[in-house]
Amino acid sequence: MAAAVAGGTRRGTPMYSQKNLTSKKKYDFEDILEERRQSSDLRYAMRCYTPVVYKELSPCKPSAIKTIVLHSEQVQYVIRELSKEMGESPDIIQEEAAEILDEMGHSMHMGAIRFFAFTLSKLFKCLFKSICVNEEGIQKLQQAIQEHPVVLLPSHRSYVDFLLLSYVLYTYDLALPVIAAGIDFLGMKVVGELLRKSGAFFMRRTFGGNRLYWAVFAEYVKTVLKNGYAPVEFYLEGTRSRTAKTLVPKFGLLNIVMDPFLKREVFDIYLVPISISYERVLEESLYAHELLGVPKPKESTSGLLKARKILNENFGKIHMYFGQPLSLRTLAAGRINRCPYNLVPRHIPQKPSEEIQEFVSDVAYKIELLQIENMVLSPWILISAVLLQNLPAINFELLVEKTLWLKGLTQCFGGFLDWPDNLCANKAVRSSLSLHTNIASLVNGQVVLHDTVMGPGAAEETIFKQALSVLLCGSYRNQLLNVFVRPALVALALQMTHSSRKEEVYSSFAFWLDVFSDEFIFFPGVPVKDFEEGCYLLTKCDAIQITPQQIFVTEKGSTVISFLMAMFRPFVEGYQIICRYLSKEANEAFSEKQFIFGVRSFASQLLKTGGTQYYEVLSSDMQKNALAALVRLDVAKRTKKSDGFTYSVSKEALIKTAGMFESRIPVRKPIVARL
Amino acid sequence: MAAAAGDSGSGSGVASSSESAARRRLRILSGHLRSAPETHLSAALCRGRAAPPVSSESPPSTLPKRRQEVLKWNGWGYNDSKFIFNKKGQAEFTGKRYRLGGTVLPLLREWIEKNLGGSLEHKSIPRASLNISDVPPSVTNEEFLQDLKTTNISYSQDPEDRIFRAHGHCLHELFLLREGMFKRVPDIVVWPGCHDDVVTIIELACKHNVCVIPFGGGTSVSSALECPTDETRTIVSLDTSQMNRIHWVDEKNLTAHVEAGIVGQDLERRLGESGYCTGHEPDSMEFSTLGGWVATRASGMKKNIYGNIEDLVVHIKMVTPRGVIEKNCQGPRMSTGPDIHHFILGSEGTLGVVTEVTIKIRPVPEYQKYGSVVFPNFERGVACLREVARQRCAPASIRLMDNQQFQFGHALKPQVASIFTSLLDGLKKFYITKFKGFDPNLLCVATLLFEGSREKVLQHEKQVYDIAAKFGGLAAGEDNGQRGYMLTFVIAYLRDLGMDYYLIGESFETSAPWDRVLDLCRNVKERIVKECKERGVQFPPFATCRVTQTYDAGACVYFYLGFNYRGISDPIHVYEEIESAAREEILANGGSLSHHHGVGKLRKQWLKESISDVGFGMLRSLKQYVDPSNIFGNRNLL
Ligand SMILES: Cc1cc2nc3c(=O)[nH]c(=O)nc-3n(C[C@H](O)[C@H](O)[C@H](O)COP(=O)(O)OP(=O)(O)OC[C@H]3O[C@@H](n4cnc5c(N)ncnc54)[C@H](O)[C@@H]3O)c2cc1C
Repeated sequence: MAAAVAGGTRRGTPMYSQKNLTSKKKYDFEDILEERRQSSDLRYAMRCYTPVVYKELSPCKPSAIKTIVLHSEQVQYVIRELSKEMGESPDIIQEEAAEILDEMGHSMHMGAIRFFAFTLSKLFKCLFKSICVNEEGIQKLQQAIQEHPVVLLPSHRSYVDFLLLSYVLYTYDLALPVIAAGIDFLGMKVVGELLRKSGAFFMRRTFGGNRLYWAVFAEYVKTVLKNGYAPVEFYLEGTRSRTAKTLVPKFGLLNIVMDPFLKREVFDIYLVPISISYERVLEESLYAHELLGVPKPKESTSGLLKARKILNENFGKIHMYFGQPLSLRTLAAGRINRCPYNLVPRHIPQKPSEEIQEFVSDVAYKIELLQIENMVLSPWILISAVLLQNLPAINFELLVEKTLWLKGLTQCFGGFLDWPDNLCANKAVRSSLSLHTNIASLVNGQVVLHDTVMGPGAAEETIFKQALSVLLCGSYRNQLLNVFVRPALVALALQMTHSSRKEEVYSSFAFWLDVFSDEFIFFPGVPVKDFEEGCYLLTKCDAIQITPQQIFVTEKGSTVISFLMAMFRPFVEGYQIICRYLSKEANEAFSEKQFIFGVRSFASQLLKTGGTQYYEVLSSDMQKNALAALVRLDVAKRTKKSDGFTYSVSKEALIKTAGMFESRIPVRKPIVARL
Repeated sequence: MAAAAGDSGSGSGVASSSESAARRRLRILSGHLRSAPETHLSAALCRGRAAPPVSSESPPSTLPKRRQEVLKWNGWGYNDSKFIFNKKGQAEFTGKRYRLGGTVLPLLREWIEKNLGGSLEHKSIPRASLNISDVPPSVTNEEFLQDLKTTNISYSQDPEDRIFRAHGHCLHELFLLREGMFKRVPDIVVWPGCHDDVVTIIELACKHNVCVIPFGGGTSVSSALECPTDETRTIVSLDTSQMNRIHWVDEKNLTAHVEAGIVGQDLERRLGESGYCTGHEPDSMEFSTLGGWVATRASGMKKNIYGNIEDLVVHIKMVTPRGVIEKNCQGPRMSTGPDIHHFILGSEGTLGVVTEVTIKIRPVPEYQKYGSVVFPNFERGVACLREVARQRCAPASIRLMDNQQFQFGHALKPQVASIFTSLLDGLKKFYITKFKGFDPNLLCVATLLFEGSREKVLQHEKQVYDIAAKFGGLAAGEDNGQRGYMLTFVIAYLRDLGMDYYLIGESFETSAPWDRVLDLCRNVKERIVKECKERGVQFPPFATCRVTQTYDAGACVYFYLGFNYRGISDPIHVYEEIESAAREEILANGGSLSHHHGVGKLRKQWLKESISDVGFGMLRSLKQYVDPSNIFGNRNLL
């Protein structure tokens, strides 16, 4: 253990504090739709809107910001550099920069905002039962906005996220953020323009290598932020998570917004983690399709109109939790070499030092972990977790019983549950089921997951349908995984090593944690903390007992352990299958596309023949994560070619890793405590 | 308008008229008549030390050997000059030495109450006089003392003399004088009369292994003079004040050879008598010495014309435990390896005693003119200074105060209507017509001092005001400028008043590249406010700054920090933590560890990172070679 501890203390910041896990103030939420249902939307949209502003704000028009950006030393520097390199006149490049700015730059119009306030009120009331906001968080945000520039960092599960966030801020009379949104929206003519006027700014999804674009974009974000003109909002996850698991963070934008602080152009910056939890996600079925490789429709206005039929559906509750604003200055204290930017003029682009990259990454993970911590879990999430372990159907009473058991476990693990305490368990489960009739239904006392009852028919078609259904349901179960992953990996390690020696268990734990570190969010570099937390939670629910050297599963604990194992089995087995695929089929170098296609048909075959029951392996998300894990484990090598990346596998390493995946798959029962 | 005012000579001692130029020429001529200007008087004087002729006594200095007769033992400056609250509860400055003397400052009290939460009811009275029995006893190496006695060099073991040389003017040092006691003070004070005396003393020190700490004017603000508490050897304070002769003035080369103990005001006055000056005017020039300037790399207000001390010295003589270090000629520049002067400049008394310096001199300028410019905000002001520096047309002095300091200046407005009408009042008449657009809570002011021939000054003035106009700056009159510079010397007295009312304060400085000046100023002030709040300071602090020097590539920034320490049990510790945080902030913002105050012991912890490990090692081996037994054991820098 000592070795493990020593290895794990590369970074100082304690990430998971155990006291956070216990007390949660769930009753602090306020439903903002309630008032909307009682008073005039028009008056609401037209009311006087006077948000508090940053104390050092020097007011200026959006056009002035554009001018500042264009004439900034940073942008001018890049223009000069490019002009030298390409032999192009700087004027032409400057013009290009101006065009980029026009495409990107937001402009805030009160009219557009009021229009949105009105229509979104109508829309949200129609779609959702309630929008619950923690007002304490709002108050802190209000304070923060006045003190320092603010960056809003919401989780990303739906296109609705940013509309919702702006809507909530408007409701509380807070400054509307400037949003870094994907450029896809520009395809939606009218909506795009409206969004722009309501504050969104647009960014190309990829601007790989376009230095001018990057410079203009970065400077634009920084200018808005530094001047305190408006809070800046973006998604650390980069894109909507199709699986409802939190995606590993992207660092590009975070680098940009942290830069003004690291260069001391501002005194401090507040980072505000925001967790948006949907009881039912608007795009749920779209996501399942996408994961299975059915191309997603391009965002277009007509596409959105077609989505009108969703207006007749009920999407339940939304919870928005505004986390404590984090002072970047406080996060950086004692971490960053005092003066990393003293020796080069600040406007000259510099690759951030390793130290800074590590810091940015740590901050990103920290914020995502905070997002996760404050995600609200609905009863349906528990139900789907039970359901997926009891395919294709489960007796309703049994489902209720198991759900209640899981509720207890979830609470013990510190999950932030929104359970309707006023209802009896039966009713609670029933009401949840009624919200998700597209996924499962109650037939003759049995709860059935749609399309999973094996019937005759074209195998391909059935498998696709079943996979859809499982992935759809899985996107709810997945929300529980973040809370369960640490104890589950301890359980897995206990099973895999078939040992009670702490050291052995830990090293297996650390292996799996590494394997799954694209799949789930772990703070980098401190697996021992994760291990301790996993052990702590298992001890807390009496599943294990720990002595200084050993870990034992208690009598009672085997239920918990088995449940956890089953919960994560789709992932473990999915990765095993992918390994098997590689060792059998992949000889030459391959692209990611080829890999996904290959795994998909390999796995389909297995599913058809009953070689596995876990449809999750068909998900492109898991396939990509597994590939990334194999690269990390040095099993696969990634090489950049002119037409993208190719991968090649080292058979030797693969055999070794596959061995670690497979060899000690549990056959026996776990060791029961001898005490 | 401005020119006329300059001519009428508002009684400020400005050498403005052609009459004074004539007098100067006359004096120079008579000097020529007497003999060659390089009279080698003093070298002969000291050789006969055993029976010194009467005439060999040092010329009278402003400061006597028993400094306590004239200077405060526990505060800044002259005994007779201080701020007090008079019977009516109004602030007043006593004494006749300064032009502010005897005037009432009716607004100061309210300013203190409003801005620092100070109150006349809450007094923290220091002890009235030094309690001799508190002073650590003198433990003097007897053999050293015996040998010293045979040299006839004057010395003292009197507790008052020793305590006077145990400190500089850092806040914590004065606080200790008021309500505590130093753990370690010098055991003996010696007053060498010349270079040879110093050589003798250092030889004895080496022979008997005692620790020597050179003492110049005692104005150090870096804990440089404090005795290391764990020094077990005898500590000798080597007071240079009796080495204050001007050995010769060389008009052909415009240099003067001066003993290092001369105090700034004496140097300028005596050179002035023959129509010259060095132009080196640090704010402490009334008390600080030539040797002290060299030892700390000092910077004077008028460096734009005359240069900083490193630009001014032509030759330095220093006595080290290895012997005397000096160059063999007085060539204006040499390429002879690293410049050994730069080993000496800034050595802070760790390598030896600077005894004699050849320093550049200039004719006293024919004409001086003050000026001031008001800017709509600090940003514009800094931009203007930057442009002035870019065009290399900075006046002798140009200083930019931020808004808080501008407002504070207003609080120092004297009652009598005179030149002392406050800056704000002075502005009022412009206000209606010109300053309408300016927000009194944002505007800031630059003060200017021009020197040279009258014609040139006027030309120069126009150039600077034209630049200022481009940055929204409006000329705000000569008086305002002059007042600003006059306050320079009395500001230092304010701290003593504050300390009587639970208010403590200090200033510190840095230098930074131009592009970082604004961010640095803002962040450091904000950091100070934040730190004060976090450490339980009950009232918002006075955190303000000014840009005091401009260079081609950057500027010197000076911060003032003051706060009310009521309710805090260990104010000095809290203060030190805050200053230390402010310094961290400065460094993180690309500022230097010090522009001119030096490192001393106060800023030692950051020296290595400031000059790299190798640089630090170089200094260390230098020390190792020059002073292997650590005779100069004040432990500054390293
Ligand atoms: C109110 C106030 C205003 C100030 N303004 C300025 C300013 O405008 N510019 C500026 O540069 N500084 C300023 N200072 C700081 C201080 O005056 C300077 O550091 C000055 O150079 C110190 O000179 P001193 O003669 O008083 O030396 P001291 O304070 O006596 O000594 C300072 C250090 O130098 C050493 N030393 C002194 N004399 C010798 C010598 N002959 N040989 C070797 N070592 C010696 C001492 O051992 C000590 O380490 C100010 C200080 C105060 C209190």
